[in-house]
Amino acid sequence: MNGFFDIPSDLQSSYLGLISTHLQEALIPVLVGFLLSLPIGLLCVRVRWLYPPVLWTTTVIYAIPSLAFFVVLIDYTGLSKLTVMIPLCLYSLVVLVPSVVDGIRSVPEETNAAAQAMGIGLVRRYLQVQLPIAVPAIIAGLRVAAASSISLVSVGALIGNQGALGNLLTTALLYQRPVLALNSVVTTAVLAVLVDALLVLARRLLTPWMPPSDSKARRTALRTAAGPTAPDTSTTAGTARAPERAS
Amino acid sequence: MNVLNFIESFFSDSAHWSGYDGIPQRMWEHLQYSAAALAIAAAIGLPIGLITGHTGRGGNAMAFVAAAARALPTFGLLVLMFVWLGLSVLPVMIPLVVLAIPPILITTYEAVRTVDPSPVDAARGMGMSQAGILFQVEVPAALPLILSGLRSAAIQIVSTATIAAYVSLGGVGRYIVDGLYQRDYEKVVGGATLTAVLALFVLVVFWAVGRTAVSPGVRRHGAV
Repeated sequence: MNGFFDIPSDLQSSYLGLISTHLQEALIPVLVGFLLSLPIGLLCVRVRWLYPPVLWTTTVIYAIPSLAFFVVLIDYTGLSKLTVMIPLCLYSLVVLVPSVVDGIRSVPEETNAAAQAMGIGLVRRYLQVQLPIAVPAIIAGLRVAAASSISLVSVGALIGNQGALGNLLTTALLYQRPVLALNSVVTTAVLAVLVDALLVLARRLLTPWMPPSDSKARRTALRTAAGPTAPDTSTTAGTARAPERAS
Repeated sequence: MNVLNFIESFFSDSAHWSGYDGIPQRMWEHLQYSAAALAIAAAIGLPIGLITGHTGRGGNAMAFVAAAARALPTFGLLVLMFVWLGLSVLPVMIPLVVLAIPPILITTYEAVRTVDPSPVDAARGMGMSQAGILFQVEVPAALPLILSGLRSAAIQIVSTATIAAYVSLGGVGRYIVDGLYQRDYEKVVGGATLTAVLALFVLVVFWAVGRTAVSPGVRRHGAV
């Protein structure tokens, strides 16, 4: 493991610097995607026919390979962090919008009715009643989005050193130093695990009424984990589960 | 529209349509790698997902696989395998298959497990064998979800096979990687367009498969 942390000077960054750039490039898009998906999700719940076309749009966007997306954006945003962050933000929507919608739909009808009877307006009801109940579903989505974002940032290395820890991969090949590639993979994986753990912790803090390792939360996480995959998954699973809940 | 001009000139150049670096050849390579990786991943993921979903056991193991798979950086794995194993198809196949197994495995598990229990109970009451229940009741009902897992695996493989060009594999990613090195932006944008087209092609194929393979009753019941 000689030279494991010996970062070549042409990256112009220390090991910790790479980590912080990586987190920045990975998590800011997820945060922005989350903020975008809140109004989009609410709209999809209230205007039912809007949901399928929104799902298809996000699926099609997600289908655009990251490298292709990056290089097309170079023309507009140049070789900057923004070129990496814009696609990541749009990709995150494919997970976050369905998880927000699922979360809002998981709010019991009585709760909504009670809030309405108490005279709580639409916006306040969304922010103070529905979102707190939707936390497990939303966190499950954030976990998938954050992990895939952290993994994808590395691809930015291919468009000229915009990949943070991914830049170690390109330099590893350039200087014939496999250790650097190993460093990149291990560090990225550890970052993903840490961020995931933080999100699980956040869910526990935000939902004190749920037991720590609730099987329902695990199931939600598992179902969302099935993909940045399948928006269809959540719709079909959602409709398939609905009767089960009613009985 | 700058990019559109680049796309137009890339595709109208007849030199791009023939030879070993021609568009048909690169597309064919890309589809071959992707199909092989998807087939291997499905051969591993589908049976395990079907069996665990049918028995309803292994939820914890699945959650672990999901978490572990998400933490693995695909591009990093690709470069690492290339550095360790040298230049062959293997270092590219391993990350692609590793990438594709979790969506297939987990979605299949979830799909089979969440099938409405009443027809399954009815089938069991009628004396159907375990295999009969799985393949004649559970799989047809779970098919839309299983297909969506395969679809997302296929899309991820097609996108990632682009990146594989970086470690000297063929496929349409060649245009992007070579173009970036040659500062030939037209080639880069052409390659990007081709990959996007391939990914959308996968979407369309799976939509068509879903239309024909999913039983009409199931399709009417849940949104496909």
